[in-house]
Amino acid sequence: MAKPTTVSADSEALASSRPPGRRPLAGLGGPVGWLDDRVGLAKLSRHNLRKVFPDHWSFLLGEIALYSFIILLLTGVFLTIWFKPSMSEVEYMGTYQLLRGVPMSEAYESTLALSFDVRGGLLVRQVHHWAANLFIAAATVHMLRIFFTGAFRKPREVNWLIGIGLMSTALVEGFAGYSLPDDLLSGTGLRFVDGLIRSIPVIGTWAEFLVFGGEFPGTIIVPRLYMVHILLVPGLLLALIGAHLALVVYHKHTQYPGPGRTETNVVGYPLFPVYMAKAGGFFFIVFGVSVLMGTFLSINPVWKFGPYTPNQVTAGSQPDWYMGFVEGAIRIFPPLESHWGHTTWSWQIFLPGVGMLGLLFGALAAYPFIEAWITGDKAEHHLLDRPRNAATRTSFGVAGITWYAMFWIAGGNDILANEFGLSLNAITWFMRFAVFIAPVIAFMVTRRICTSLQRHDAEKVLHGVETGVIVRTPDGGYYEDHMPIPVDEAFTLTQHPEYPALQPTAAVDENGVAVPARVTRRRARVRDWFFRPNIAKPTADEVTEARSHGGAEHEIATHASDASDEQKAVSQH
Amino acid sequence: MSSDLEVTHTHPVPDPGIEEHVERWADVDPAASRRAERQVAACFGAVPLLALGFVVVYFFVPKTWAVQFAGLHAPAQHIWLGLLGGVAILLVGIGAVQWARLIMGDHEISEERHPAGSDPAARDEALEEVHEGIAQSALPRRKLIGKTLMVALPSLALPALVTLLDMGPWPGPGTRAATIERTIWAEGVHLVTDVTYKRIKAVDMAVGELVNAAPENIKNLEHDPAAKAAATAKAAIIIVRMDPATIKIPASRKDWQVDGILCYSKICTHVGCPISLWEQQTHHLLCPCHQSTFDLGNSGVVVFGPAARSLPQLPITTDSEGYLVARSDFTVPVGPSYFERDSSHDYKNGDN
Repeated sequence: MAKPTTVSADSEALASSRPPGRRPLAGLGGPVGWLDDRVGLAKLSRHNLRKVFPDHWSFLLGEIALYSFIILLLTGVFLTIWFKPSMSEVEYMGTYQLLRGVPMSEAYESTLALSFDVRGGLLVRQVHHWAANLFIAAATVHMLRIFFTGAFRKPREVNWLIGIGLMSTALVEGFAGYSLPDDLLSGTGLRFVDGLIRSIPVIGTWAEFLVFGGEFPGTIIVPRLYMVHILLVPGLLLALIGAHLALVVYHKHTQYPGPGRTETNVVGYPLFPVYMAKAGGFFFIVFGVSVLMGTFLSINPVWKFGPYTPNQVTAGSQPDWYMGFVEGAIRIFPPLESHWGHTTWSWQIFLPGVGMLGLLFGALAAYPFIEAWITGDKAEHHLLDRPRNAATRTSFGVAGITWYAMFWIAGGNDILANEFGLSLNAITWFMRFAVFIAPVIAFMVTRRICTSLQRHDAEKVLHGVETGVIVRTPDGGYYEDHMPIPVDEAFTLTQHPEYPALQPTAAVDENGVAVPARVTRRRARVRDWFFRPNIAKPTADEVTEARSHGGAEHEIATHASDASDEQKAVSQH
Repeated sequence: MSSDLEVTHTHPVPDPGIEEHVERWADVDPAASRRAERQVAACFGAVPLLALGFVVVYFFVPKTWAVQFAGLHAPAQHIWLGLLGGVAILLVGIGAVQWARLIMGDHEISEERHPAGSDPAARDEALEEVHEGIAQSALPRRKLIGKTLMVALPSLALPALVTLLDMGPWPGPGTRAATIERTIWAEGVHLVTDVTYKRIKAVDMAVGELVNAAPENIKNLEHDPAAKAAATAKAAIIIVRMDPATIKIPASRKDWQVDGILCYSKICTHVGCPISLWEQQTHHLLCPCHQSTFDLGNSGVVVFGPAARSLPQLPITTDSEGYLVARSDFTVPVGPSYFERDSSHDYKNGDN
């Protein structure tokens, strides 16, 4: 076939034969178009750039954790430039007068150099430590938000588990970090870990010798922890955070119930530009606040503690706050040690140390599956629960917080005794009981409060809110005027699902065939207990009845008669 | 299915739909809009100035200057670097957030969700592909390949794990006896103060006095800091003098002390903190880490706290000049428990 020898570049025929939209970014020209030709930039961003995120302050908690992590990476890189992870002994000759001539490890010496001789070193060190505290604090509160609003339910169970992994890994990361400077406080922490590892039944001594490269303290634990702290665990954290965020994007964010919010939509603002500005801006706010904290709030002043020596300790030695609950458990655990044959089983260290962490993270990991079994709920949930409407879950959460808090307080029993002039022994004995009793009380009280709040919601929907206007009726009675709540709020307060009591079903039907998804007697009972605090929400009829009175006048009339009834009741006394 | 019965969804108040958009001041008032723009621009505009200030401080504020202000006493360079840098970063954030809050369009939009799981057709398609792949791999017919591979891959973990076993010496009975089960104490080793290494004369110790001490031969380890640290971690001791009439000394330990001067390990039997808080009147010694309390007037038995074993006592006597010397090493391993520890020889309350 004959071909044209030349084609004019601006031939109309050629232009129209180009598939429309082949180079959607050509309009932008330059590097963006170049990149799109190679990696399909437009295809990638088409559905993601305007992705909708709902707005709520509590969604910022996870963001704070994420941003603190980025700050930790940035400041951490700076610290690695100066820090020497070595336990070789040197004589301090730096600018801090009080320690001049004192023999110390290179790790401690380089930490002092960072704090006194490197410009901005103290700032970065303190920002790093504050950001670490912020990271774990924000992650903890974020986890509580997820728990109390039921955001861990299907389809987000996997992301909840990733979160638990992040949380436990973060604790290890924090511990490894504050053990590095090799000051007296961090060395005391390592001494504790040595004792903890030793207490593991059967393999404890072996684990100790392998981890510490022989007897405590050895010369290798700081370099090893350094590797754990700057490579191994951050790598794990990074991978887990990546997976955590990828799932958030895939599932789309949960949203609080409200007008127009359903299980099948997500209402909010687009990623570009609103959330890029808001979330990006929030990163700088978190960063700026961390820098200001690092500037004005002294943290871990290692020069005051002196170098580590195994025969010294300061009174009031305590780990960073997030290890406080383990510390507390170690302190109040009774001295249970078994001496069987030629072996020693240190339950009083192993159970509160290793066991506590296992119990806490195990219980957290198992909870979504336990609740799903109890409720029998197999649907996807994208609308969050208001905590009061999930009364038993909320009570479990508050009981858990109380349990944690009791151990945490026990971790400072010496400080409490000192500050308040109390008996250390009495506090210890009190906490030994409180860790069991306080969570039960918290559970019961929270269930009651949730039920009360549900009643209050129902009352608001049916009877409106108080206006503060006191009306006197012609016959001398007084009542307070009520005003109906806006329909948006009424919807928000009544949209939640309900879980009626179930009748146990037989294992087999009348034909002897096994019943699929049967309700066992036990599950029916547990479910009944789980939902018992819930009150029935107002029915459509009740709402229509209350609202159809057509506003304020009739409300007043209804309430006037209520009020005068009450008046009568009072006057009869 | 039962899951339909188990949850009921009712809407007593019908969904009124997404709230109506409410315009902000900056949307309707040009003056407010300009003000918002100026506000954001001021935030961003201040950042380069602060950044420049940071650089100036870095170069021109000497390290020796200090800031003293309302209880704050800190290096001036640190404070100014942090203040300028922190505020600069903060202003970027505040500017961006204000931009989004006041100026960017704030119409809420709604996006559809899709179920997390794949639809049945996609599942079938994926399964089909998997089956096709399995068939193509010939695994169903050549089962031996699959089985051997299942053994091959996990077996690779063995070499990986074995290489980790050289992370430290193996604590077999011999190693334990040479490390965690002995200290550098031995017969005739003088007790010396732990900082200045001065020998301690029995007559110089007053009743109620406590001395932190070390074995004199720790001096021989000055050239080897690691060995010294390991030795200190086990050999650290405390010497106390109590009125012999007020304490219990079992018959077996009659000659472990000199006129009420007793010597104990300083390392807690709980997790190994150096014990240091001495209650002179009760003869109790309290560990500052986890508050285990030992009665030094009763062979170091535990009277409170999480420690489960008595504090090991070091048998001491005096040399010809009246200085305190050890009669032997500790009779039991010091420090925290470990699995292979034979704890039957530890002193228990009431032993003789």
